[in-house]
Amino acid sequence: MAKVSDVCKHVRSKNAGPYWVTFDLFFKDEAHFAQYHDSPTLSPELFAGLYGAAPDTVKQFSVPSLNMVKVSYGRKTPQGGEVERDMHCGQQFVRLLDVELEPTMPSGRSEQ
Amino acid sequence: MENKSVKIIVPVGSLGAGVREEEIAYGIRQGANAIASDAGSTDSGAAYLALGISKNNRGSVKRDLSILIKAAMEARIPLIIGTSGQAGADKNLDWTYAIAAEVCDELGVSPKIARLYCEQSKALLKQKNAQGKISPLPPHGPLQNAAIDSCERIVAVLGVEPYLHALSEGVDIILGGRTTDTAVIASYAIAHGAPWGPSWHAAKIAECGAQCCVSPTNGAGVLLSIDEHGFDVEPLNIDNRCSPQSVSAHMLYENANPFQLIEPGGVLDVSDAEYTQADSRTVRVTGSKWLKKPYTLKLEGAGIGRYQTVMLIGIQDPGVLARLNEFHDNMLHVLNERVQKTMGLSADEFHISLRMYGWNAVSGDVPPADTPPPREVGVLFVATAETQEIASQIAKACNPYFFHFPVNFDEELPSYGFAFSPADIDRGPVYEFKLNHVVSLDDPMELVRIDMTTYQAKEVAHG
Repeated sequence: MAKVSDVCKHVRSKNAGPYWVTFDLFFKDEAHFAQYHDSPTLSPELFAGLYGAAPDTVKQFSVPSLNMVKVSYGRKTPQGGEVERDMHCGQQFVRLLDVELEPTMPSGRSEQ
Repeated sequence: MENKSVKIIVPVGSLGAGVREEEIAYGIRQGANAIASDAGSTDSGAAYLALGISKNNRGSVKRDLSILIKAAMEARIPLIIGTSGQAGADKNLDWTYAIAAEVCDELGVSPKIARLYCEQSKALLKQKNAQGKISPLPPHGPLQNAAIDSCERIVAVLGVEPYLHALSEGVDIILGGRTTDTAVIASYAIAHGAPWGPSWHAAKIAECGAQCCVSPTNGAGVLLSIDEHGFDVEPLNIDNRCSPQSVSAHMLYENANPFQLIEPGGVLDVSDAEYTQADSRTVRVTGSKWLKKPYTLKLEGAGIGRYQTVMLIGIQDPGVLARLNEFHDNMLHVLNERVQKTMGLSADEFHISLRMYGWNAVSGDVPPADTPPPREVGVLFVATAETQEIASQIAKACNPYFFHFPVNFDEELPSYGFAFSPADIDRGPVYEFKLNHVVSLDDPMELVRIDMTTYQAKEVAHG
């Protein structure tokens, strides 16, 4: 299976206000986007496991025109608490890079 | 607005970040009708709202204001600034106004200035809360009055309406309190008859200045041209360009939803937007929609939490670097024990964190077992407690152990590289955002106080 860093040309993370963190995964091209944007691995449970996100807050959007997927989750505690280690969440994407993505459609399966 | 477009210079992502005089001149030559920029956000943390201070130095804000006020006054176009002084509370706005006044004195100009204040009284918010006018945003629950009381300052995040009012009064400069980044820019286009969808969308694309360009670091600002069918965006630096990808990608930035942006009184929906290359540097955008909703303003409140004292050591000793996880866990255990024994504090009365920069400080995760040791680490000690004095005493109690803690207890005690003397630094309190709520309003102007004055420039002594 391919890692996120193998199939994306750029991955980033940032606060979206003090109560949300958002991740942008820009796939290498249309083919990689088609194969992985709907990967079952990119699930609320993945973000719960990596970041402690509450699964019911995880939102996911595919933007085909940019070959990208955006995933956002609501924080349990706001930005900047006593044990904050990444005030702008600009480094949070790193944990995603080694995640192995299961492709959306196993080869041979019809798109219908 | 028949066959007309409204042109707005967005000079920079945030006032104080460094506008470029030649870019402003280019925008004005292109026929700009206004200059608009925000001057802050929540992004750098709650401290700026809690304290009412800017994260920028005064000189950088004054430099940018000097260039912008001079250009706007010469071209006779309005200058619109939102979220003054980083957090947009009254104190942040007054700070910005004082700088603007100083600039006016130096330029010898006497503009009509509107100040839009949006800091809120706790009594009024409690009243609104009792009337059921305040609702939580997920993941928060209903607003408790205790949360209101725990804030040092609370602002309502303004939309376009107060700006429309000030513009209708013919002001030269608007200094807004906390405002959505987009409203600051969209307001001028809306005031001049542009449709709301393209106005808000153009504002979202331009709110970080040149960030929506192919080369985000090559230049500071962009020029918007908004008309009845859509808008154009081009960099103010003629050596830079916008592409459909660079422009559409900016809709993703610092936004949880790439297709919709919730604003006061409505939602910008770009699901059907089309981005095309209009000329080599310019992108044309059509299909942006504004969906009108009941009028709400978001509340932002910041308060003061517990206090912290920090210490920093550097370690190069390979014996320690080879066993960092064990070193961390043992030291943390001993420091916690020492504080409980020597100060009589219980475990819930204080918190100690050791962050090993160069190893795992940012994530806090234990690195995989085969990770090679780093060449050196910096260990940041952070003590948190109810008062600054207690946090400071905790650091002092830990100092000798932090400084000399060995990996091998049968050898001579090591001494790590303290960065400073005295070693402990009182960092002040932890500032925290306390509110994540919206207030429903029948009148969009209800929570804003507007001061409109023609500023009379004072003569500046020369020589």
